[in-house]
Amino acid sequence: MWKWLHPYANPEVSYHFAGKLQVWLVRLTVVILSIGIIWALLFAPADYQQGESFRIFYIHVPSSILSMGIYLAMAIAAFCSLVWQFKLADASAAALAPIGAVITLIALITGSAWGKPMWGTWWVWDARLTSELILLFLYLGVIALHNAFEDKTLAGKAAGILALVGVINLPIIHYSVEWWNTLHQGATVSKFGKPAMAASMYWPFLWCFFGFACLVGAIACYRFKTELLARNSMRPWVIQLLTTKEVQ
Amino acid sequence: MFNTNNLSYRAAFILLIKRDLTIAIRHRDDTLNPLLFFVIVVSLFPLGIGPETNTLARIAPGIIWVAALLSTLLSLERLFKADYQDGSLEQMLLSPYPIFILVLAKIAGHWLISGLPLLFVAPLLAVLLHLPEQSFGALMLTLLLGTPVLSLIGAIGVGLTVGIKKGGVLLSLLVLPLYIPLLIFATSAIDSATMHLPFSGQLAIIGALLVGSLTLAPFAVGAALKVSTN
Repeated sequence: MWKWLHPYANPEVSYHFAGKLQVWLVRLTVVILSIGIIWALLFAPADYQQGESFRIFYIHVPSSILSMGIYLAMAIAAFCSLVWQFKLADASAAALAPIGAVITLIALITGSAWGKPMWGTWWVWDARLTSELILLFLYLGVIALHNAFEDKTLAGKAAGILALVGVINLPIIHYSVEWWNTLHQGATVSKFGKPAMAASMYWPFLWCFFGFACLVGAIACYRFKTELLARNSMRPWVIQLLTTKEVQ
Repeated sequence: MFNTNNLSYRAAFILLIKRDLTIAIRHRDDTLNPLLFFVIVVSLFPLGIGPETNTLARIAPGIIWVAALLSTLLSLERLFKADYQDGSLEQMLLSPYPIFILVLAKIAGHWLISGLPLLFVAPLLAVLLHLPEQSFGALMLTLLLGTPVLSLIGAIGVGLTVGIKKGGVLLSLLVLPLYIPLLIFATSAIDSATMHLPFSGQLAIIGALLVGSLTLAPFAVGAALKVSTN
């Protein structure tokens, strides 16, 4: 496996790989997300209790799952960069943090928009909502720490340590539903268990989820490429790449 | 005093704590000011909310704990700042002793200087806020178990920001979210005690947080200090 991975330690090789990956992810996103959104918004049956407003579920749940998933991915990248000193893992962690922050914000906003008709209030100090808010704060802390250092290598290391510390928060988010029993409904969708919802609602959710995941992957590839260009701006291959693009 | 040629780990640990305590005693103001801040912040709340006994008793646990978080945050900056500026931090990292031991000694010193005094002042403030008598035990126990966690987790933030010029605001941004679980369990323990319910479950979780951060935080602080001192 190391032999296979080895060429990608070179920024130039992984820059082009990320470029190819990005093209495919964009295509997949367009196909999957449009199928998922159209199915979810037009054809999936309305909920018998919550009516049409339940449809925000198809944006809220994928984004809240992804908000935690991106944090985990960022922490794994940070771990790899701290333990094995992969410079590229560092760049990918830096690329992921702002995406995660925005996705978390989307999850919070759609959640409160859903909460207004369902619970009659925009915001409830429930464990899951609070944990999601803490997650947003953690993302903002990582980004702020990253910006505070002049030297980007040091910034990556420091932000990586913070990301690893914050990863303790993820299980707290996950188990908070069981710890504090409050207004928020229990998890409806689990990967392994039998879903607690009808298949006609479950399938569009899966399409939406993978559509959003591909979207995040595509944006991550784009940001990763920019991050690589910024960090290697003095290298000949970057100069060559940028000058030839300008000629075109 | 600093002839450290053949020093056991325990002796190094005790030596470092003694050094920090000596420094703290010689700069009494630095030690007292966060404590004074704690008292003033808590006494502002009755002025802002109104003197009704029931309201104050209801919000007392939260106020005392939030004030404890904030005053710890104030004292945290001192933890590595002076050592970083005069270069002794770098010497500690270069010394043959494990960073774990040295960092743990620094944190223990910080707790003795800034966490322990909170325990002596907190009952007085609880009286001012009309906290019911049955909750005093819970308040003291949560503070006893919780303030070391504040020092341990806070030290990670200080380690990360010590090299940054204006790290103070950033420090609070990094550390406060990590304090939230502790705040939740501590206040919920005191609330349970107020309602004559057992609070051993919450105490057990705070104890788990203490043990977990005691074993893991020094590693994170060591890594953070290595990054900061470059």
